[in-house]
Amino acid sequence: MTKESVIRLCVVVGFIALVEGLCRTGVIGATVMTAPSQMASQLLRVLAAGTYNHDIAFSFINIVCAAVLAVVAGFGLGVVIHSLPRLRQALEPLLSSYYAVPTFIFYPVFIVLFGVGHGSIIAIAVLLAIVAMITATLSGLDRIPAVLRKTARVMRLSRARTALAIELPAALPHLFGGVKLAVAYAFIGVIASEFILSGAGMGYAIAYAYNQFDNANMYALMLLVLLSVTLVNGLLNHIDRRLQRRQQR
Amino acid sequence: MSRALPLSDLVRMQAARRPEPVHVELAQVTRRFTHPATGEPFQALGPIDLALVKGEFFSIVGPSGCGKSTLLDLLSGLGKPSSGRVLFEGKPVNGVPEGVGVVFQENAAFPWLCVRDNIAFGLRRAGVEAAEVQRRVDYALGFMGLRDFAKAYPAQLSGGMRQRVCIARTLVTQPRLILLDEPFGALDQQTRLLMGDELLKLWRETGATVLLITHALDEAAMLSGRVGVMSTRPGLFIDFVDTGWPADRDSRVVSTPRFGEITARLWEKLRVETLKIMGGAH
Repeated sequence: MTKESVIRLCVVVGFIALVEGLCRTGVIGATVMTAPSQMASQLLRVLAAGTYNHDIAFSFINIVCAAVLAVVAGFGLGVVIHSLPRLRQALEPLLSSYYAVPTFIFYPVFIVLFGVGHGSIIAIAVLLAIVAMITATLSGLDRIPAVLRKTARVMRLSRARTALAIELPAALPHLFGGVKLAVAYAFIGVIASEFILSGAGMGYAIAYAYNQFDNANMYALMLLVLLSVTLVNGLLNHIDRRLQRRQQR
Repeated sequence: MSRALPLSDLVRMQAARRPEPVHVELAQVTRRFTHPATGEPFQALGPIDLALVKGEFFSIVGPSGCGKSTLLDLLSGLGKPSSGRVLFEGKPVNGVPEGVGVVFQENAAFPWLCVRDNIAFGLRRAGVEAAEVQRRVDYALGFMGLRDFAKAYPAQLSGGMRQRVCIARTLVTQPRLILLDEPFGALDQQTRLLMGDELLKLWRETGATVLLITHALDEAAMLSGRVGVMSTRPGLFIDFVDTGWPADRDSRVVSTPRFGEITARLWEKLRVETLKIMGGAH
């Protein structure tokens, strides 16, 4: 373990210990926040009882669908836009200012189109995630060294083989940056959408607990979302580091 | 020797001295480009006549931007001439011909593959059977001194080692013509000398015709049997120098008086051309 990761761990553990202490001494009241240890034990209880299994499954299905759709469609659109320089020039200002638009304002449109349920949630999350993947694809394809394409020609590879055996692996570390962002945006899009346009899911369950003044379950579910995001992000970062290590020249 | 010299005669004269068959031939080859800023067409190269005999080690030196790399592109089939003919083994070059290997200046090792897979890449894509791939790759690893690094990734290697990987990757395809575009340009002087020895070993081993493009006069003088000096744009051959080195030469020839003479002659020609680019009138 590096010194930096020890410091990082100390900061996180210290913060949790601080909140735990403040909750236990009553500085933070029980109506405001439950202690981290209570969040964890309540989470274990509801997981064992299966109280929120349906909501957890509902959210994860949405997240996986949204992330996969955003990555696949974003990559496809990125490849098409990259192959048409004029279209790219026209679209680039729109792509770069895309994240200035609060995507959630479109939720009434999606409810009209897809109704309340998976469809509208996934649509919002895809809308949020897809441009990150398009942008990563464009920069990934830009960064393939010209000499690798020349090498492919010297090896007399077909266009399709060049794309699959040279261009795709060469762009992969950059594409993976897009995958990471798309997954993060899919998480945000799904959980946030479930607050406003759903009758199920972890976002909905948190909002429901909040409306019921059910702090114990609300914080347990919030902890679950945090743990899930950390776990998924940790896994993606691990793969990313491996890809980046090989790419260093 | 002036620029107005009938170069095709010079080439024929040079080739006539060699009894071996002509392996690569350029006849009245030109290459024109359009200037990216002004849109005006300009001639980058030629007209060039050049004949390389089978198994010869030929180097080209010339000032920056004289069209050396353009010439290599035409020979490798990566580019097409605007006029004239490029022949490899008697056949017109149209696309990269079978039997041609190219080593570029830039790092062309695939970063996602280990050294062994990098070297085997072209063979596997060409459908060579697994046992034969293994045999040739093992040989190339040993030949280029890469055996201990077979499982390493390019990012873990020095610049010189990566270039060895690229040379080994070319070697395994058993090319009959090896084109090298400033392959040691990014390396330090000591590594360049040693890589030059590796290249000579490779040349003797394969018996391939080698064309080396370089901006280093000492590299050209040390490695080649013959050196062609190119003029500023449009690139033309203004001199051919026979080095007269024996086939079993190595980097130690740099300590001979002959090496100094060759380098001096190359520089004499090249100095004038380089000054033209710099706008000098000396």
